Amino acid sequence: MTSLAMITGGLLMAIGFWGILTRRNLIRMILSLAITETGLHLVMIAVGYVRHGTAPILNEAAAASQTVDPVPQALVLTAIVIGVAVNALLLALIIRLYRKKGTLDVEVFRELRW
Amino acid sequence: MIKRVLILVVLSFFLFLFLSRVAGIDTPAQLTGVGAGYVDRSVEELNSPNVITAIVVTYRGIDTLGEVSVLFLAAAAISLLLRTTTKKNGEGGVEEKRSASEILTTGTDILVPVIMLFGIYIFLHGHLSPGGGFQGGAVVASAVLLLFLAYPGFRLRHGILAALESLSGTAYVVIAVLGLILASGFLDSRLMALGETGRIISAGTIPLVYTLIGLKVGTELAGIIDSLGGDR
Repeated sequence: MTSLAMITGGLLMAIGFWGILTRRNLIRMILSLAITETGLHLVMIAVGYVRHGTAPILNEAAAASQTVDPVPQALVLTAIVIGVAVNALLLALIIRLYRKKGTLDVEVFRELRW
Repeated sequence: MIKRVLILVVLSFFLFLFLSRVAGIDTPAQLTGVGAGYVDRSVEELNSPNVITAIVVTYRGIDTLGEVSVLFLAAAAISLLLRTTTKKNGEGGVEEKRSASEILTTGTDILVPVIMLFGIYIFLHGHLSPGGGFQGGAVVASAVLLLFLAYPGFRLRHGILAALESLSGTAYVVIAVLGLILASGFLDSRLMALGETGRIISAGTIPLVYTLIGLKVGTELAGIIDSLGGDR
């Protein structure tokens, strides 16, 4: 169960990196970044899995002894929010670049090349 | 072509490294360490059945304050980046947008209050059930997105939005500092009575803080959607 989630997360990260490195359209690069983030979140959640564990919300149905690790889940909550902020900021930058050059092709923006 | 092959080789190496690490991981049968400490103490100390909320709001509360600041910074930067051009577009005769379909407008009228209520429910019950301020705020902002889609002429009232956002942010910091003075630390939720486990008004200041975070995140995300909508 854990290894399934881990492998899926690793594959998603690889797909995302592939997209970032090979796509030329800026919006597709941002989408690839989002896919990479999703894979990373999946891996982080899978790290905290405990065999036959339930969600760390304690009530009559779930005793404290059989919950999964809450720390990675709290970390992923933070990571998701920061990811949203980063993606939104990148999209705003892309809108500015598009207004300046009228294109989304990353090859056109040559100022930062070395 | 050679570039793609090179990328493929590097990525395969990355995947190989990752999977060889993962293959050795043995899922533990029992929770140990920091996680077990949090699970054991969250109900006893803070009266919050949702352990993640206890961690996010109280035990690691200062991280959450930083997280809210990052979101605020991003929202401010986005409106700064996109502000000047929207003004210019306003002068040069904006072309008339096609109005949305009957299905979308009717659906929006029915759904928006329900979605808003659901978002508020999620952040009010953050300490009892799955959810919390960030999730609830995102749901509230999705209702605003639906309004933008259904009514092309829809505009947010920035004055009210800014007032709500800064008030909730300030109140959050005030509660944090009050925890330092009246209870045992920064953002200590034992400032108010802990109450009875499982009630909405229990777990000290956790519901209050999560409501403030929900309002702040909701208004910030609505502001980001508004800025990115640009040419209206």
